Amino acid sequence: MSGDNRARLVALYGTMCRIRAFEETALAAHRAGEIPGPLHVSIGQEAVAAGVCLNLRTDDRITSNHRGHGHALAKGAGVAGMMEELFGRAGGHCRGKGGSMHIADFSVGMLGANGVVAGGIPIAVGAAQGLRMLGSSAIVCCFFGDGAINRGPFLEGLNWAALYRLPVLFVCEDNGVAAFTRAESVTAGPGVLARSEALGVPALSVDGNDAAAVDDAAARLVAEVRGGSGPRLLHAITYRLMGHTSTDPAAWRETGEVEAARSHEPLPRLRARLLAEGMPARALDAIEGDARAEMSQARGSALSAPWPDPATAWDDVQDNGAMTDDAWPFGAQETV
Amino acid sequence: MAQVTLVEACRLAALQEMRRDPRVWVLGEDVARGGLFGQYRGFLEEFGDQRVVSTPISESTIMGAGLGAALVGTRPIIEMRIFDFVMCAMDELVNQIAKIRYMFGGQARPAVVVRMPHGIWRNSAAQHSQTLESWFTHIPGVVVAVPATPADAAGLLVAAIRSDDPVLFFDPKNLFPVKGEVAETIAPIPFGQARRMREGSDLTIVTWSATVPAVEEAAGILAARGISADVLDLRTLWPWDEASVCASVARTRRLLVVHEAVTTGGFGAEVLARVVERLGPGAVRAAGRLGQPRVPVPFAPPLEDALKPDAPKVVAAAEALLKA
Ligand SMILES: Cc1ncc(C[n+]2csc(CCOP(=O)(O)OP(=O)(O)O)c2C)c(N)n1
Repeated sequence: MSGDNRARLVALYGTMCRIRAFEETALAAHRAGEIPGPLHVSIGQEAVAAGVCLNLRTDDRITSNHRGHGHALAKGAGVAGMMEELFGRAGGHCRGKGGSMHIADFSVGMLGANGVVAGGIPIAVGAAQGLRMLGSSAIVCCFFGDGAINRGPFLEGLNWAALYRLPVLFVCEDNGVAAFTRAESVTAGPGVLARSEALGVPALSVDGNDAAAVDDAAARLVAEVRGGSGPRLLHAITYRLMGHTSTDPAAWRETGEVEAARSHEPLPRLRARLLAEGMPARALDAIEGDARAEMSQARGSALSAPWPDPATAWDDVQDNGAMTDDAWPFGAQETV
Repeated sequence: MAQVTLVEACRLAALQEMRRDPRVWVLGEDVARGGLFGQYRGFLEEFGDQRVVSTPISESTIMGAGLGAALVGTRPIIEMRIFDFVMCAMDELVNQIAKIRYMFGGQARPAVVVRMPHGIWRNSAAQHSQTLESWFTHIPGVVVAVPATPADAAGLLVAAIRSDDPVLFFDPKNLFPVKGEVAETIAPIPFGQARRMREGSDLTIVTWSATVPAVEEAAGILAARGISADVLDLRTLWPWDEASVCASVARTRRLLVVHEAVTTGGFGAEVLARVVERLGPGAVRAAGRLGQPRVPVPFAPPLEDALKPDAPKVVAAAEALLKA
């Protein structure tokens, strides 16, 4: 294996370890009552975010969904700002106004997670249209789940991107479930690949738990998109090891299902490959250890970080007509 | 100063802004052929198909793509064709556009204008005639513009296009043929400033958008009967010119709000409530609202006319208030 290739695999491993460590740390913090609100983790799906984003430039944009920590981290979003956002602190990327489901870091082209399934699709195609209008060579990558392909914006957005030959890479992260329901039980026809092709968006499927394969497929598709061939879709088949939210035990799964899935989850697979190719276990342990240390430090800092000043609840609504006296109730009967 | 129709005034305003700022562009169904009402006539020829984009009939994506394009630094005019179709793009408008700036802690300002020609128009019946502007005043994050004259429509559209915050621009489609003067260079009109249509002392009449001409006519009839109305066209509903309305009611002590929208839950209720909160109940001797009854807009002309607030209804409502 060439040094370049090895470096790519190591980079993938590093990103995946960081995503896993971030989410496990967040889950622990959530259980400890340090993080309010719902938390959707992508444990088991790290190879998709890592493999795709390794092929993106900083000025490329991404849109994400409710399960977006991995996408944000892989795109380069700052960890401290992400962790503080989960904790609802003033130093969060969104100053504590978004939380886990609405993380954005525009400084690295992360245009936002989304609380609405398929909500990022129209935004992504418009961003691509705008970038082209401005003469940019950046592209847009749009992550969504297999549940999103049954919403109208999927049809509209793919048709639109194909029609205007926009530089968009759609990534359908197929973890087999939509919230608490098996996606196949609510999806008619032959699935996302056929739907995409039918709308004029060439697509390919990949084993989304094989980081190197995702990287290869994404590299090819990103090159085509960047080269001006129009949109492409990557169908990444993966598995969500946890429930829908942090409080969902996913008890509806069949016995043995999760255990079986563990045997081909992406992190041990990539680790085995790196070991087989002569990478010392020590070095891999160090990468993992560094990731854990980074995230636990971020947790500690977030826990002691200041809460937002309640007065900032009025900030950033709109310039025109964000009336601070809106909450004024009775009493002072001023005459204007 | 040229005499032009309201729709032409809007066309001139958008034209001026697209010439001024290359980041401004328009997307929507049929805009390349001039738009449904001719409000983009000649734009394709001047600006090309990258900036004048006729889209598929995909309202969610017309709205959402406008947002996405704004997030990377362009300034789209999102054309909804007819207001009623925005129902197909409510997620993109309410959950996305209106929330982005706040929810992301000020990282982004979606500078979009959403144009939605609204109101009763040529017997178009229930799905092409609605006036639901009050819904949108309930949504933090957006400006709600409801002009009624060519000059106001042009000036507010210029302000909307230059605004860094999203602006919902309700073209009054029944007033598109109304003529008025528009300056050679159209200056932006600040949001939240009412236009005084008539000075008076017996009662205050507040209105906006489609009912402005009916109120104007009614005020003339009332004047002939010796009743002097102080008439304000709000022009924008968020922000709205609370100060001018309160100052007027403090003098007249009588308030009538007239809008084409259904009375129940209409913005007239908000106007009355705020006036009472600010001036105190004792300061207002009589107050009332005139809008459509809570009935879908029907098709047949006699049915439509029965519901529509017109000058005789305004006169009757004003006279009733004066007796109170
Ligand atoms: C429009 C909309 N409908 C329903 C929901 C509630 N919801 C949140 S996540 C989810 C499942 C989405 O499935 P998928 O996109 O496959 O992602 P997954 O959760 O499986 O990772 C649902 C139904 C929502 N957020 N938005």
